[in-house]
Amino acid sequence: MPDVAFWQGNTALAHGALLAGCNFYGGYPITPSTEIAEVMAEELPKRGGKFIQMEDEIGGIASIIGASIAGAKALTATSGPGFSLKQENLGLAYIAEVPIVVVDVMRGGPSTGLPTKTAQQDVMQARWGTHGDHATICYAPSSVQECYDLAVKAFNMAERFRQPVLILSDEVVGHMREKVTMRDPGRVEIVNRVRPSLPPEKFTPYEANPRTGVPEMASFGDGYSWHVTGLTTNDWGFPTNNAPEIEKKMLRLLSKVDRARSDVVEYEAESMDGADIVVVAYGSVGRSALRAVRDARKRGIPAGFFRPVTLWPFPGEELTKMALGAKTVLVPELNCGQMVLEVERVFRGRSEVRGISLLNGELFKPSEIGRVIEEVA
Amino acid sequence: MPSAEVFSWLRTRFMPHIWCPGCGHGIIMHALIRALVGLKKDKTQTVVASGIGCSSRMAGYIDACTLHSTHGRSLAFATGIKLHKPSLTVVDVMGDGDCSAIGGNHFIHACRRNIDITAIIMNNNIYGMTGGQASPTTPAGAWASTTPYGAIDPPFDICRLAEGAGASYVARTTIANPKQAETFIMNGIKKKGFAVIEVVTHCHTQFGRKNDRRLPLDNYNYFKAVSVPLTKAKTMTPEELAGKLVCGEFVNKDVPEYTEQYDKVIEKAQRR
Ligand SMILES: Cc1ncc(C[n+]2csc(CCOP(=O)(O)OP(=O)(O)O)c2C)c(N)n1
Ligand code: SF4
Repeated sequence: MPDVAFWQGNTALAHGALLAGCNFYGGYPITPSTEIAEVMAEELPKRGGKFIQMEDEIGGIASIIGASIAGAKALTATSGPGFSLKQENLGLAYIAEVPIVVVDVMRGGPSTGLPTKTAQQDVMQARWGTHGDHATICYAPSSVQECYDLAVKAFNMAERFRQPVLILSDEVVGHMREKVTMRDPGRVEIVNRVRPSLPPEKFTPYEANPRTGVPEMASFGDGYSWHVTGLTTNDWGFPTNNAPEIEKKMLRLLSKVDRARSDVVEYEAESMDGADIVVVAYGSVGRSALRAVRDARKRGIPAGFFRPVTLWPFPGEELTKMALGAKTVLVPELNCGQMVLEVERVFRGRSEVRGISLLNGELFKPSEIGRVIEEVA
Repeated sequence: MPSAEVFSWLRTRFMPHIWCPGCGHGIIMHALIRALVGLKKDKTQTVVASGIGCSSRMAGYIDACTLHSTHGRSLAFATGIKLHKPSLTVVDVMGDGDCSAIGGNHFIHACRRNIDITAIIMNNNIYGMTGGQASPTTPAGAWASTTPYGAIDPPFDICRLAEGAGASYVARTTIANPKQAETFIMNGIKKKGFAVIEVVTHCHTQFGRKNDRRLPLDNYNYFKAVSVPLTKAKTMTPEELAGKLVCGEFVNKDVPEYTEQYDKVIEKAQRR
């Protein structure tokens, strides 16, 4: 393989997954995510992995959860309508602690919406889409290189925390072509789930490591007979109605990512020192926003740029610390204002927070963000 | 009384079970475990997947690699397990609602792919767990809590559905013939391909109570009375067969199996 490639974001994401050790893909075609399935259909069998086109997205996520329980590193990719269908089984993977990676290449909604146009309307669905409380890890790539690199990270985090990890790409990032520098497989950090340290007769499937809050994971077929269920369970993995056991399980599930928050949270920042105006943008919009901030600086406006790479957990502490003196925080989004709610929440009124919405299926032009920067400057 | 070997496949730690005394699901679990014991299966290489319902709770009671998944979706989970590790024996236990209502799409596609999974459908003609709502196999005219004036939609014949969709083994029996259930389940597991065994059972609590089969025994006697072996059914007229339950092996054929077909895909991809 050459050291550099000129790929679409979707292709890069698929290759990143393969680099991470993904050996199972189950899904259902949908624009603008389909290229990920197509690359996996071609590449997985070459490596002895498995690809299956399921009858729908519900089956797609179910098949990868099944494969992961049997030991696979498994991926599914979809877009809005399919992401909605996957929500119930996503919850099963959260409660039963099954590592999987789910990609949503966002398009405009609701419903069939804008299949070939871009949007960022699934940000809150990624956080709260499945019913019930859960901790979310969700990445938003803004370049083709990042599609590749974050796919590896997503698998690593899924394996480490034993839970689903989401990648919210969007139509622009998924379909644009850019140069990608390949990573040397021997030098990339690859994390694998911790296997049982005790023999089958002593193994308690959901007894967590007290330090990490994550239990060791056996695979079906490797000598352990254990139970996986979507019911709330005790450490034995058996359903429980006992209040202290329920609380213990829920608190552990909700805190395991938080305990290692600093290992998970990622962001990119530029010109934040002394910035009066901070632009918070993610995914494809991060590209327009960075350009707008640089242009503003050239014109002498003290603007700063902050891009959450993990949308969830949201790098709120990092942002508010860096934007301490900011007068105004602008949040341009391709939705009617979703992440701006989180930004408002973390600033608690310390700076004026203002959303900028674009809902026409297009990406922001840098000048459209630049105009607002000038307005508030 | 179950044998010691059968007992060794039970998670007694999980008990008491949730089933009503006299529920037919236990008879089917016993038949399944006898089949697994008879086939000398290894618990650590045997998967029992299930969806949601009284019937699906069975997965938790069996000491194997068990997955109690979401309502109707178990075959899709089982497909992922089997495709990733074809060496595993995979059994999928479902209710009639699980299999033919919410899970109908996964069911027909598992049949079509002919993936080597044995599906056991515990057909009690009702949604037991949620309190007696109509299922796609509730007979026309029967009472259910959501058909208080009698069901008006015609029921599914699960075996014919499976046959039409391409399963390589399809059989039906009732809980009144547990020995036959064991044999059919054994044959299904031995079959290299998708096997469907419909075991007609009862939910006396939710269905029988309102449809003149109040006691488990009433149901047993009813199944005895209406069952007709397939060989005999072939000699009967449609009029004679009305209201009867034909039991036997409807399909037993050799068709290419999905995971073996996929192995050929791997060979092809690696040759290029
Ligand atoms: C998505 C979803 N919808 C509805 C339910 C509620 N529910 C639980 S079990 C069940 C029906 C069970 O009937 P069946 O599959 O026939 O099994 P039985 O209880 O009769 O053995 C329903 C509707 C659910 N758990 N999940
Ligand atoms: S409600 Fe019906 S199906 Fe459920 S355990 Fe009781 S008898 Fe069996």
